[in-house]
Amino acid sequence: MGARRVRKYLRQGFAMLKGMAVTFRYLFRPPITVMYPEQKRPAVQPRFKGRHWLTLYEDTMERCVGCELCVIVCPSQAIYVKAAENTPEHQVSKGERYAEDFQINELRCIFCGLCEEACPTGAIVLGREYELAGYTRESMIYTKPMLTEPYPGASGRDPKREV
Amino acid sequence: MNALAAAAVKSGVLLFLLLTACAYMTLLERRLLAKFQIRYGPNRVGPFGLLQPLADGIKLIFKEDFAPARVDLVVYWLAPAISMVTALFVYAVIPFGPQLYLANVDVGILIVLAASSVGVYGVILGGWSSNNKYSLLGSLRSSAQLISYELALSFAVISVVLTAGSLSLVEIVNAQARVWFVVLQPVAFVSFLIAAVAETNRAPFDLPEAEQELIAGYQTEYGGFKFAMFYIGEYVAIVTMSALVTTLFWGGWHGPFLPGVVWFALKMFAFIFFFVWIRATLPRVRHDQLMAFGWKVLVPLGLLNVVITAIIVVLLQ
Repeated sequence: MGARRVRKYLRQGFAMLKGMAVTFRYLFRPPITVMYPEQKRPAVQPRFKGRHWLTLYEDTMERCVGCELCVIVCPSQAIYVKAAENTPEHQVSKGERYAEDFQINELRCIFCGLCEEACPTGAIVLGREYELAGYTRESMIYTKPMLTEPYPGASGRDPKREV
Repeated sequence: MNALAAAAVKSGVLLFLLLTACAYMTLLERRLLAKFQIRYGPNRVGPFGLLQPLADGIKLIFKEDFAPARVDLVVYWLAPAISMVTALFVYAVIPFGPQLYLANVDVGILIVLAASSVGVYGVILGGWSSNNKYSLLGSLRSSAQLISYELALSFAVISVVLTAGSLSLVEIVNAQARVWFVVLQPVAFVSFLIAAVAETNRAPFDLPEAEQELIAGYQTEYGGFKFAMFYIGEYVAIVTMSALVTTLFWGGWHGPFLPGVVWFALKMFAFIFFFVWIRATLPRVRHDQLMAFGWKVLVPLGLLNVVITAIIVVLLQ
């Protein structure tokens, strides 16, 4: 066994001890994780893709025009849209049509955000809510009243924005 | 008759203590690993997660007792039992205090080595009977590793036996009243420690359960309490190895001020901590590295150490 070999083994052994010292130091650090249900991090990133919202214009007019592009683009086929014609007496959106029914199966959704990208009016957005558990499968199919934001801007998006 | 009853009671107490210790060993390891990785670890069940082992045990007992298709049922059942029984059996001869041992056998250390050799059967049979290629490969690796490192372990033990002049563990501890063998036998101590980590299949020598390659190794097809028995065997083996290192190299129950049992427990705990510490630090070695290190470094070193020890012992007489 040459001297170089011995030196190499010594160096490797020393490196192991050094590693042990590093982990030992970490033993005394406070945890960086949080006790989740009781304690939560302030907020997720603005670009986080969470629960869907159907956004409104400032004047509470619905953005969705019932074009079904989100239905077409959705890779997991989680969206169902039933479109209806706007009439002068019943003007729901600013286009010709509006979504009479709009359902998203949150169990099928993979939160890829393609629907948000495809939407020509910026109606469907992925919000920041991430606690999406439910007790039944049925309760995870979000219907239009659940998806539509309660007031313009409730989803965290600017109701004045143009797409 | 009285002696028999006393032995039975002692074994019962020891068994209870051991199984409890081993259950809490799992909690300790998980909490410590969490600390090393700057997280919290299991802390929900009871204060500080103290009831977690109990919850785990209950869960494992109530799991479906499932056996995969075309397993060799008798052997499949026997393997975890062998693993656990041989691991527990060793404690018959380990002295915890000056008068605190189940049996002072003249060849105590041989019993320890023999029991751990029989323990290899649990691994081999478990892998063989499962009718699964990952189990088989895992058990082959495991037995290869165990047999190779048992050699290095035995050489380290022989050096100690030569120094102490006795095979009885009680006598070995008594021989360390003045100076601990870690001073007289540093090479044997280090090689024993490395071989002990390999013997217990712990990181960085946990190749038998290298999940990236072998799923869970020889225990892939085990679930419920049979799985728990393998794990009890493994954790008891860690406690055993810590107890053995304490007994053979760190003076057993010897120590100033405190009573012997406390010293023994403290030293043992230090080595259990060491086991977890290594696991938290070192990455797994490759199988060829493992075998090369065992046969090309540890065994020759141990052999050399035995020869030198023998010469010195003879010259000193």
